[in-house]
Amino acid sequence: MTTLLILLPLAAALVIWVLPLNDISAGALALLAALVEVGLWIQLLVRYDFAQGGLQFAQERAWFSDLHVSYHVGVYGFSVWLVGLTVVAMAAAIAYGFWVGRDRVRAYMGLMLFLSGAIVGVFTAQDLLLFYAFFEAMMIPLYILVGVWGGPGRLGATLKFVLYTMAGSLLMLASIIVYGLSQNTFDLTQIGQSSSDWVFLGFVAAFAIKAPLFPLHGWLPDAYRESSPEVAAILSGVVSKAAAYGFLRIAIAKFPEPVQHYRAPILALAAIGLIYGSLLAFRAPDIRGVIAYSSLAQMGLITMGLFAVNDLGFDGAVLQMVNHGLVSAALFLLAGMVERRTLTGELTRLGGMARGRPALATVLITTGVIALAVPLSSAFAGEFLILAGVFRQGWGWSVVGAVAIVLAAAYVLRLISAVLHRDVGPAVSDSALDLRPAELGVVVPLVACLLALSAWPAAITEHSFRNDRGQTDVSQGFK
Amino acid sequence: MIHGPHIDWFALAAVNSLLAAAALALLSAVLVPGPLRRPVAASLCALGYAAATGFAIALYVRSPHGHGVVVDAFRRDRLAELAGIILAGSGLLATAISYRERMREHHGEYYALLAAAGGGMLFFVGTNNLMTLFLGLEWFSICLYILCAIDRDRLGGLEAALKYLVIGGFGSAVLLFGSALVYGATGQLGFGAISAAGHAHDSLLVFGLAMIIAGLAFKASAAPFHMWTPDVYEGAPTPVTAFMAAATKAAALVVTLRLLVTAFPGDAHLWTVALAAIAVCSLVIGNLAALVQKGVKRMLAYSSISQAGFMLIAVSANSNLGARALLFYLVPYAAMSLGSFAVVAARERELGVPVTFENMAGFGWERPLLGVSMWAFMLGFAGFPLTGGFVGKFYAFAAAYEHGWTWLVIVGVLATLVSLYYYLGLVRAMFMRRTEDLQLAPIGGSPPRDALLQTAVVACLVVTVGSFFAVQPLIDLARHAANSLSF
Repeated sequence: MTTLLILLPLAAALVIWVLPLNDISAGALALLAALVEVGLWIQLLVRYDFAQGGLQFAQERAWFSDLHVSYHVGVYGFSVWLVGLTVVAMAAAIAYGFWVGRDRVRAYMGLMLFLSGAIVGVFTAQDLLLFYAFFEAMMIPLYILVGVWGGPGRLGATLKFVLYTMAGSLLMLASIIVYGLSQNTFDLTQIGQSSSDWVFLGFVAAFAIKAPLFPLHGWLPDAYRESSPEVAAILSGVVSKAAAYGFLRIAIAKFPEPVQHYRAPILALAAIGLIYGSLLAFRAPDIRGVIAYSSLAQMGLITMGLFAVNDLGFDGAVLQMVNHGLVSAALFLLAGMVERRTLTGELTRLGGMARGRPALATVLITTGVIALAVPLSSAFAGEFLILAGVFRQGWGWSVVGAVAIVLAAAYVLRLISAVLHRDVGPAVSDSALDLRPAELGVVVPLVACLLALSAWPAAITEHSFRNDRGQTDVSQGFK
Repeated sequence: MIHGPHIDWFALAAVNSLLAAAALALLSAVLVPGPLRRPVAASLCALGYAAATGFAIALYVRSPHGHGVVVDAFRRDRLAELAGIILAGSGLLATAISYRERMREHHGEYYALLAAAGGGMLFFVGTNNLMTLFLGLEWFSICLYILCAIDRDRLGGLEAALKYLVIGGFGSAVLLFGSALVYGATGQLGFGAISAAGHAHDSLLVFGLAMIIAGLAFKASAAPFHMWTPDVYEGAPTPVTAFMAAATKAAALVVTLRLLVTAFPGDAHLWTVALAAIAVCSLVIGNLAALVQKGVKRMLAYSSISQAGFMLIAVSANSNLGARALLFYLVPYAAMSLGSFAVVAARERELGVPVTFENMAGFGWERPLLGVSMWAFMLGFAGFPLTGGFVGKFYAFAAAYEHGWTWLVIVGVLATLVSLYYYLGLVRAMFMRRTEDLQLAPIGGSPPRDALLQTAVVACLVVTVGSFFAVQPLIDLARHAANSLSF
């Protein structure tokens, strides 16, 4: 089952690359594969036994036995949700790419599916080296997707993106070698906890760059601005969650002592990123800038929740990962839809788009309101849990987080008013249409998921860890 | 009446089949009429390599316990045979890549020399004393000197050959002098006998050892003995470069491993450090120089220097794991080298000018098969997953860590990071330039059909990617080979 979730998109990618399909059928096949993937995930969700928790649907085969490396995949409660986020967001992104009609459809769709398989692999790998392999494999399609189909500054953006992330992941490789060989296994379910600060920092470097945490976010604005909207949606919505997942599954679970040593500095960086990102989002001149910097802020918040290292923090972080993934995927797609109508994302040239475009206004406002964490929204639940969790590490952290939530309201409302309200901007022509049915078909499911989570956030918070005790799971290293 | 020694002809079958192919190909240069000469000579060469591959496989299967043959001058063991399989396979692919090379004459000689060079390398990897070591080295080197210069129409070919001849000759002389010193210190030629007679603190022996390492490092083009590499790789006909990058380096590294482990185990504390130093030099110099190259062949030349550094990390670990790492790494490395130079050759034949980053623009979209393959080779060199390069690097680093050299792992990791810039730079050039950037100057007509070259590239692609998935069988082969050495 888990293997199927990984292999299905990869196989579909190969088919699309190899067969001489025309544009329509290649896109349709990719979309079909993505939807089947969603169906498979629903199967997984239904059949996963949340009452029992722990690792399920595990599959294992030796890969190279002399160093004890194996192909070992499986899902925990929280990985079910992250896989779900991946497949849903990927389906939306592929559908959007299909609808927009990217050049070189076969190459494009194949890479998107490849990316999808790699991300699912990251969330399910139970072997360190396998995790690394998937973590790196994500970079291969992303490099091409941003570099070929991106905006005018794409070459610089991809270079920065790759060098930043690879610097982190190669440090992680060094850590993996040292950790795995010293423990004589690479299997995450068997490997013991370690107290080595250096090894821990190697992992943290990789995840902190990927997330990103302040001050390692230098690649972020360019990559999010220059890539096509659906790729930006995946980058900020899903790929960044791989880093948060890595923090939870490896850095925190396997290195309890170093976490104690470095908790304060990491929390501080996360808090700085939260405030700094929120301020930059408030000042950003374009839609993508707002979403990009709000991603920086949100990843800071999620990291705070994780490094609170208690039940509330973990629950909140997992919920917020899914929330933010859906929100930022939806927002980037909406940004793409707006840019398609106005040919610009600059807020000063936009405005007044709500008039005569009720669907756009409704969807954007709904997403925005969830993003700014109004009470009763799923983001409110997630952020509340994170703040409550981090409160136990010191009330100061919660104050910072609460301030950031106020700032979030400010930048989201600024975004909404700059796009939808005020006077009609110079780039907005009267002939710009409202969202088309196909576009609604892409974003509405994402928003629907958010509304469902708002109605029942406990779906995630009470179904992520064994007996709803994240701290116990983590302190045992997810054995 | 002199009684000759007993000779195990089967152990030499792979070498001899290549020699026979060389002789026949040379005859074809005289006996076969002009238009048929190229197909006949090339098929003879290919047959020779195919036979050599077959014999090497048979020998690998039937030599579970290594032993010396021909008065112990030559080893018949799985190390030699696995290296032989890699070398003969590389030769076969190099033959396929060569076939459409634009060369007006000397086809018979070309394939004869290509087969003879392969024979020399197969002999070289089995050497077990200092005489055969030098003999094997010169055997394939002389063939390669001529191969570099064989296309006299090629600008820079003669210069490359001369440079290779002079510097290669110097390297051989250093190796020979080192051998003489070792012989002087121990009175022995055989590797095993040197180990038995060796005195760790004999300065003569240590000098000799240092010079032998330097001589072999010349052939492996490891820094600081690499000066010839970029010019020769650039000037030589591209298929020859492909063969040199894949096979010469593989042979030199395997012999380095065998020689150091069997002849100088008592001096391991010296040569492990020396090799680590050479590895670091290669990584630093190869990577930094590759960053600023404009020509793709020169970039690949410097990249091969840095790859030698990664493989020397494995050798310097002086352990079974290190030997496994080297032998495993050689498989994807050979495939990636051959494949990447083959793609360069294809582009060169299309444009008729030296291939630079500039004129690779758009290549990935024009020739998707070659473009995607090149992409995979670059990712493999950079150690990305889904290629054997990743597993090879992982093993090399693991060996260094097991040896207690975490610092070497860090150096290797940093070198990998630097290398991304130029490997991905080529991918960027192939796929991400807009059509307006293209400055194409095709030499007329549609791109030449070259089924053989494409087959070779696909084979390399399959090996590169396949060695990521089929690690276990390959590592088993490598382990049996590594067990021929006693660590």
